[in-house]
Amino acid sequence: MGRITLDKVQKKFGDVEVIPPLDLTVEDGEFVVFVGPSGCGKSTLLRLIAGLEDVTGGEIRIDGKPATDLPPAKRGLAMVFQSYALYPHMSVRKNIAFPMKMAGMDKAEQDRRIAKAAEALNLTDYLDRRPGQLSGGQRQRVAIGRAIVREPAAFLFDEPLSNLDAALRVGMRLEISELHKRLDTTMIYVTHDQVEAMTMADKIVVLRAGHIEQVGSPLELYHAPRNTFVAGFIGSPKMNLMGGEAAKRHDAATIGIRPEHLDVVDGGGTFIGKVGVSEHLGSDTFFHVHIPEMGEPMTVRAGGEVGLRHGDTIHLTPQADKIHRFDEKGLRIE
Amino acid sequence: MATEHSKSSARIMIAPAVFVLLVWMLVPLCMTLYFSFADYRPLRATFDAWIGFDNYVSFLTSSSFLSSVVTTLQMVAGILVITIGGGVMLALLLDQPMFGQGIVRILVIGPFFVMPTVSALVWKNMFFNVDNGLFSYLFKFFGAQPYDFLSQAPLLSIIVIVAWQWLPFATLILLTAVQSLSSEQIEAAEMDGASPLSRFWHIILPHLSRAITVVILIQTIFLLSIFAEIFVTTNGAFGTRTLTYLVYQRVLESQNIGLGSAGGIIAVILANIVAIFLMRIVGKNLDN
Repeated sequence: MGRITLDKVQKKFGDVEVIPPLDLTVEDGEFVVFVGPSGCGKSTLLRLIAGLEDVTGGEIRIDGKPATDLPPAKRGLAMVFQSYALYPHMSVRKNIAFPMKMAGMDKAEQDRRIAKAAEALNLTDYLDRRPGQLSGGQRQRVAIGRAIVREPAAFLFDEPLSNLDAALRVGMRLEISELHKRLDTTMIYVTHDQVEAMTMADKIVVLRAGHIEQVGSPLELYHAPRNTFVAGFIGSPKMNLMGGEAAKRHDAATIGIRPEHLDVVDGGGTFIGKVGVSEHLGSDTFFHVHIPEMGEPMTVRAGGEVGLRHGDTIHLTPQADKIHRFDEKGLRIE
Repeated sequence: MATEHSKSSARIMIAPAVFVLLVWMLVPLCMTLYFSFADYRPLRATFDAWIGFDNYVSFLTSSSFLSSVVTTLQMVAGILVITIGGGVMLALLLDQPMFGQGIVRILVIGPFFVMPTVSALVWKNMFFNVDNGLFSYLFKFFGAQPYDFLSQAPLLSIIVIVAWQWLPFATLILLTAVQSLSSEQIEAAEMDGASPLSRFWHIILPHLSRAITVVILIQTIFLLSIFAEIFVTTNGAFGTRTLTYLVYQRVLESQNIGLGSAGGIIAVILANIVAIFLMRIVGKNLDN
């Protein structure tokens, strides 16, 4: 079981309010991702849940029981840190055994759980090595192993993949998702990378300056962003947001069109511009199109083989039903 | 230092320094070696350039030799225990955020800047003195009999004085080590359910082990040659005669330069044995 409820939770550092009172419920077994730009308070929120920071106001409940004043160890949560925080002078085995040793668990049970975790994480051959002798991905798995053996009510991940190289990151992303399916335990995952959020989450919490901007499944956020911030943050490449004349035609202050919802047409398009930089990914090509009446270039997704070159004129037409409209405050108009 | 040319010019540049250091070390060492095989007592106008190993035999077989070695080891061990134990605790305290942290840290380093003779005199007259010492006042305040530290517990008194001088050094090195411990590790241990005491024992102390071995190595080398503190306080009486002090007595008080030189060479050999052992331990500890 691992249902975590935040009720008006607030955090101040001195006079600075990092997290204004905030409500959130994480259901049992859910994979929740906190995502937002750096400094948005997502790590602080995770540390409040872990108990590594004291809340200034409000209440945290885990499985219905108040946990606001419990020390970290008593909350039944396990955390994986950005730097992995392995104990360098202990072997992998001892690292994984540490929380069980601290809990005074008997030796046979410890060995059984270590063996099980090591097998699940492909660490069996490395149990007697020191963390310093392992690669980044292996260290990451040791950190996860140390969390698993406690059989916690929920796992907390604090940007666990940011120290890995790109290829390894994709692999670990799958492993963590796989682990979640297998254990069926609540996981809360903090990242600034919206791709990680989209690929892993059951539920995404988008944060900005301590405020929750939107909560929803990845596709909800993609299809119906509640405001311009979420619209610009979720999706890769970014959504094209434009105001002025183009927006007025749709009775909105700002409209947003995703790069994949712009069609390249032979002539008579809504937007006419010049092709700037083009990024060829093989399967897709992203064009940056400079349109005279707009300040920022638009990004357009086209198929892999489009015979357009730098400086060519391009005609674009948005797919009418995929245009997002926002009012003066940046809120979505349905 | 990549090219052949720059390598050879570097060698030429450091040659004078190496030469001066060598002369400074070799000349006294050779003279001591030379005198240690001689019967040289200036006040009696005796000089016999070669008497074989007589000086060594009489130095090693005298009853004061063994007791001085034991005293030296007791003194060094005592000081190491106090400075490392106290140093670890002070380092952990100074690592806590507090008001006036910068000033407090400078004050803690203070004793290291006081020269040994002065600090020994201050302790002798200001703290340990039976009639006017602060400790005597303290004892009297609680209605107890004043305690004559320097004659009742002379070895302990000297250990306290020297430990006071070296505590800042240990604290400083250990403080930097404490500061280099990542806070995430402590937090991870906290999440893992480790109490403050087991966090200290399982995380902080192993992290400090390197710094501790460095402190032990450096301090031992310096502590084997303690002299001023003994000279100023007990003059080597009451079982505070270390090997260094014994050599001094043989040379200056007995005016037997030959015997003293033999003692000096023995002290050099013993110190080197200790150093080799320590280097091995440190090397092992620094490897992983």
